[in-house]
Amino acid sequence: MNLTLKVWRQKHADDPGKITTYEAKDIPEEASFLEMLDITNTQILEDGGEPIHFDHDCREGICGMCSLTINGVPHSKEMGITTCQVHMRKFRDGDTIWIEPFRAKAFPVVKDLMVDRSAFDRIIAAGGYIDVRTGSAPDANAIPIAKDDALEAFSAAACIGCGACVAACKNASAMLFTGAKVTHLNTLPQGQPEKDKRVLSMVRQMDEEGFGNCTNQYECEAVCPKSISADVISQLNRDYAAASARELSDS
Amino acid sequence: MANNGTLDGNVPEGPLSDKWTNYKANAKLINPANKRKYKVIVVGSGLAGGSAAATLSELGYQVKCFCYQDSPRRAHSIAAQGGINAAKNYQNDGDSVWRLFYDTIKGGDFRSREANVHRLAEVSVNIIDQCVAQGVPFAREYGGLLDNRSFGGAQVSRTFYARGQTGQQLLIGCYQALEKEIEKGGVEMHTRTEMMDLVLVDGHAKGIVVRDLKTGEISSHAADCVILATGGYGNVFFLSTNAMGCNVMAAFRASKRGAYMANPCYTQIHPTCIPVSGDYQSKLTLMSESLRNDGRIWVPKSADDAKKIREGQMTAADVAEEDRDYYLERKYPSFGNLAPRDISSRSAKEVCDEGRGVAKTGLGVFLDFSDAIERLGEDTIRARYDNLFQMYEKITGDNPYKTPMMIYPAVHYTMGGLWVDYNLMSNLPGLHVLGEANFSDHGANRLGASALMQGLADGYFVIPSTLPSYLADQKPGTVTTDAPEFQEAEKAVKERIEKLINIKGKRTVDDFHRELGLLVWDECGMERTKEGLQKALKRIPEIRKEFWENVFIPGDADGVNMELEKAGRVADFIDFAEVMCYDALDREESCGGHFRAEYQFTEKDEDVQSGYTNPGEAKRRDEDFMYVSAWEVAENGGEPTLHKEPLNYEEVKPSVRSYK
Repeated sequence: MNLTLKVWRQKHADDPGKITTYEAKDIPEEASFLEMLDITNTQILEDGGEPIHFDHDCREGICGMCSLTINGVPHSKEMGITTCQVHMRKFRDGDTIWIEPFRAKAFPVVKDLMVDRSAFDRIIAAGGYIDVRTGSAPDANAIPIAKDDALEAFSAAACIGCGACVAACKNASAMLFTGAKVTHLNTLPQGQPEKDKRVLSMVRQMDEEGFGNCTNQYECEAVCPKSISADVISQLNRDYAAASARELSDS
Repeated sequence: MANNGTLDGNVPEGPLSDKWTNYKANAKLINPANKRKYKVIVVGSGLAGGSAAATLSELGYQVKCFCYQDSPRRAHSIAAQGGINAAKNYQNDGDSVWRLFYDTIKGGDFRSREANVHRLAEVSVNIIDQCVAQGVPFAREYGGLLDNRSFGGAQVSRTFYARGQTGQQLLIGCYQALEKEIEKGGVEMHTRTEMMDLVLVDGHAKGIVVRDLKTGEISSHAADCVILATGGYGNVFFLSTNAMGCNVMAAFRASKRGAYMANPCYTQIHPTCIPVSGDYQSKLTLMSESLRNDGRIWVPKSADDAKKIREGQMTAADVAEEDRDYYLERKYPSFGNLAPRDISSRSAKEVCDEGRGVAKTGLGVFLDFSDAIERLGEDTIRARYDNLFQMYEKITGDNPYKTPMMIYPAVHYTMGGLWVDYNLMSNLPGLHVLGEANFSDHGANRLGASALMQGLADGYFVIPSTLPSYLADQKPGTVTTDAPEFQEAEKAVKERIEKLINIKGKRTVDDFHRELGLLVWDECGMERTKEGLQKALKRIPEIRKEFWENVFIPGDADGVNMELEKAGRVADFIDFAEVMCYDALDREESCGGHFRAEYQFTEKDEDVQSGYTNPGEAKRRDEDFMYVSAWEVAENGGEPTLHKEPLNYEEVKPSVRSYK
């Protein structure tokens, strides 16, 4: 199939950037979306140009590195997949496709379609962990965990840190991401000792990074490639409120 | 090929099961006040590198960690689906440290170092404890205790898992521990940074030169020792299940500085991947091996039927039961579809070579769930595999509940890597190598669910205990980046980049990579021959020559330039491929992932006549090849020099591997 691509090109963080048009020719329908870009890049290279830069790595939907906004939707309008899992059989010959980066104030563009998501790492560093020194753990079966709790923690832990939730949100809120980690760790018995500190520090860091607040639009949930439920945001709010109250009464 | 004496693995004295305990009891220690004076560089942030960086920081060392991705959480360990082995015996089914040790040694076709493997089995139990304490959400039973499954041909259930995302969950646990240490100031993290060279001062590894992939800036980092945990070299084949960025550059740069590359010919071809569909293809997708628990693998008995299926004149359903060849069940009645990876892969190649393959390209076999669906019901199969079935459908457009999947082997894991001793230190003092990047624990073939185990064993539990053996004799902070060796290395790195940029040729980097990959897949893939390897060794220098004259890299070295990044990696893959082929040529035997067509069992062999093994199985030659091949790489490509580490089996008696 032949396609017209409208691609965001931006040389570096301070460049204003613009949309450039490319013709993608002879794209096999078995190809993935990123392979379609590979083919386009080969055409650009053969013409002596500079290829379109985009982040990608595992190309099987788990590393969280790929991050394109395709026709206005982060990853894909198809539910539950990452950019690298989009396949060309979903498009038709002659289509025009708009390709942009994940846009948010807290995700500055590095080049073209690559953005800097290190703000997510800093939110995790603020408290998204259980502090257990290597070698000091009790036997793994010492603390049984009810299957339902384990499943709830698991569903939240499926987050791959791609940032689609932020890119889809009109407020560029990171509450699905932060809520997922808080829900994962605060649901488990192992996560209880640091429960309050965790949620307070992570939310503070999230605000400091310039992410917005949640206004219940659920765009995040709709684009999440791991289908993480917006329930984790409710959990985040509950844990945050309780922890703030306890912090107040302790001070 | 020259052989310069033997290498010593520095295995501790004493009975096998006491070695690690005795080692720790007698190992050198560094007191807590002194630890913080030592600087440690860790390259790579996957399970091995991430766990090492976090743990060494907890112990008080000053750690600098580097990764090429935009976050340490994205390292390719994340993609492991199946599980992690540990000798917990929670299922009370007769597992033990000894049994895990023995299975790993046998699975590796008796080409690994006994003492390392035993240590791996010993610390496996601690890994599970550590991960659960970190909040890794392993699968559980209704009683709240951990669940296990049998995996990759094991006869006990010792595999811990987290749906099809075990690697992800373990890596996230490790990444969180790493971020905690970053926040506390113990680890300085450098993302989007690639190691370009290793720096030796007085023969000791004391630092690295890196390129900032965002700005293009070249800089030096000095430390008291260097740890490489940079993964495997599967992408030498261009198409593999590895992530696009996985590369051999860090390890190969170290080789160029004198570190020996061990057993590079041991590569693992995973039997259950989605077949190749066209030239545009950028990578191959693995379907979890767990599918083999319920799926039956077959091809038509007749090549005619296979041809009709390939041409679309017939479907799988049209082939009558008696006309199907369930070849693994036929050849290996007791293991059947769960036969080890190397055996399953080669059997698939055999039937396809006979013209009985089914995908459009002729390179595919059926993995059929219809019997399992009939026996257990679609709901049960859905509960077990739905995410995998969906993934398959997304990629191929076929629904595996209705038609059998098609699979074909693909390059997945590399057992070879930099040579290390029992301390995980290479022949270069100060250079330590962990995880897939070293050669140590899997011999000639790795068992399923053992890669995650090894990465975390090395990082959480082995290196923290073995690193002081080296560091205790080093005065901390003696080397800084002012040393002339750093200036020289930086200069060489800049010159190499400039040279690449200025070629301005006609062919893309990917084009060279694809050509190299096809060549090594054909000649040094699932089956190798002397003639084929010689052919590859003739062709590789030609590819290298053309690459350095005709590669095209646009733009400049300032700022992000992905073509430049790929070019540096492909240049090293070309040189590395040569070493891999020399190794495969030298090893005139078949073992595990290395199958030399000249060395296989035939009807004339006693073991075949007795029914113990089948014709066509790998034939080891223990009298001549019971050694680790450690290659000293030549300065400018060409023939490397072989060093040998003899493998002495004290406790296990190597036997012909039979899975009948």
